[in-house]
Amino acid sequence: MHDDDHHHDHDNRYTDMQARVRALETVLTEKGLIDPAAIDAIVETYETKVGPRNGARVVARAWSDPEFAEGLRRDATAAIASLGYTGRQGEHMRAVFNTADTHNLVVCTLCSCYPWSVLGLPPVWYKAPAYRSRAVIDPRGVLAEFGVMLPENTKIRVWDSTAELRYLVIPERPEGTEGWSEEQLVDLVSRDAMIGTGLAAVAGVAP
Amino acid sequence: MNGPHDLGGQMGFGPVAPEKNEPYFHAEWEKRALGLTLSSGAFGAWNIDESRHARESIPPANYLGANYYEIWMRALEVLLQRHGFVTADEIDAGRKQTDGATPKRVLTADMVAGVIAKGGPCDRPVATPPRFSEGDRVRTRNFNPTTHTRLPRYARSKSGVVEAVQGSFDFPDDNAHGKGENPQWVYTVVFGGGEIWGEGADPTLSVSIDAWENYLEPV
Repeated sequence: MHDDDHHHDHDNRYTDMQARVRALETVLTEKGLIDPAAIDAIVETYETKVGPRNGARVVARAWSDPEFAEGLRRDATAAIASLGYTGRQGEHMRAVFNTADTHNLVVCTLCSCYPWSVLGLPPVWYKAPAYRSRAVIDPRGVLAEFGVMLPENTKIRVWDSTAELRYLVIPERPEGTEGWSEEQLVDLVSRDAMIGTGLAAVAGVAP
Repeated sequence: MNGPHDLGGQMGFGPVAPEKNEPYFHAEWEKRALGLTLSSGAFGAWNIDESRHARESIPPANYLGANYYEIWMRALEVLLQRHGFVTADEIDAGRKQTDGATPKRVLTADMVAGVIAKGGPCDRPVATPPRFSEGDRVRTRNFNPTTHTRLPRYARSKSGVVEAVQGSFDFPDDNAHGKGENPQWVYTVVFGGGEIWGEGADPTLSVSIDAWENYLEPV
């Protein structure tokens, strides 16, 4: 096999990410700059505590409690904090409500801004060029790849998170869920529905 | 800067390809990369804007070929060297060779829950009232700085409407380069799809950005 090492000297450093990252962690640990147990704690937080279940609880409460929904429109950061969800990448929250006329879709074309406090870590596709490039110019094409087909006259509003505001889409409450408890409603709210690449749905029923 | 990160409206990247039941991490090193990025951020040596600029300064072929945690790692190595915490030789060798700079704080395991719950708000008061109000027509500036900016290329020199005054925040174009936080008002500005994409644009589309006051001119 022809090996073109000479021209790719720098990039060869990144061919084995496992080794590259381990080396960096080792140096920083030897210098007393990082605590490997802190890294474990960060990973555990985002694997088990901070994830889209948080956002789903916000949505379910908004569906169940008009006063909460009104507070969410007025000051989403405070309303979401009242459910206990605060902090990193959720410092300045805005909630945007889907209606029968308008569907909201959130993207960060410039990097990977995402409301961590309510949705946890972003999925790979949210941070990758295909989504970031197309969401603002071809949102219907993007939505189709998620299996979401909107009526032709539905307005699509794309929110490009170019500043420090973080957006949470409040999907429409599915029909036929009158009288459902908040806990039941939580299960209808997917991560994608809160980004805008999905809709809230009752299992087995088209939204 | 007109870097590889400014992706809005570019073409040729193929389908989005969402992964069913995607795991939080696809490799062990991604977990460590997340933790290293957050732990190093706690040093207090750089801010989010400098960090974003380090990521967008990765050469385009490398940026577009990397997954996002690799982008974080490439940028983190630059930041750690720039601020004197490690040398390139140390990273390559995976061994401490010098003492290097002292951080403002070291994130220990017991601090993690508090630091994540607190976050890093970047709204700051400004002395002057907002220049624009809800409903005002504005035009975004046409510029191509070689330095950091959060006005995407697709939204430059476009006419839109101020939908909301969102508060005042650190100005990233300055803050990324050690020129101070210099907070400004931030506005949600909404554009019709046709204003941005012209012929053939989806007539049902509107796109908003969050724009610092400096990015906007009255129409």
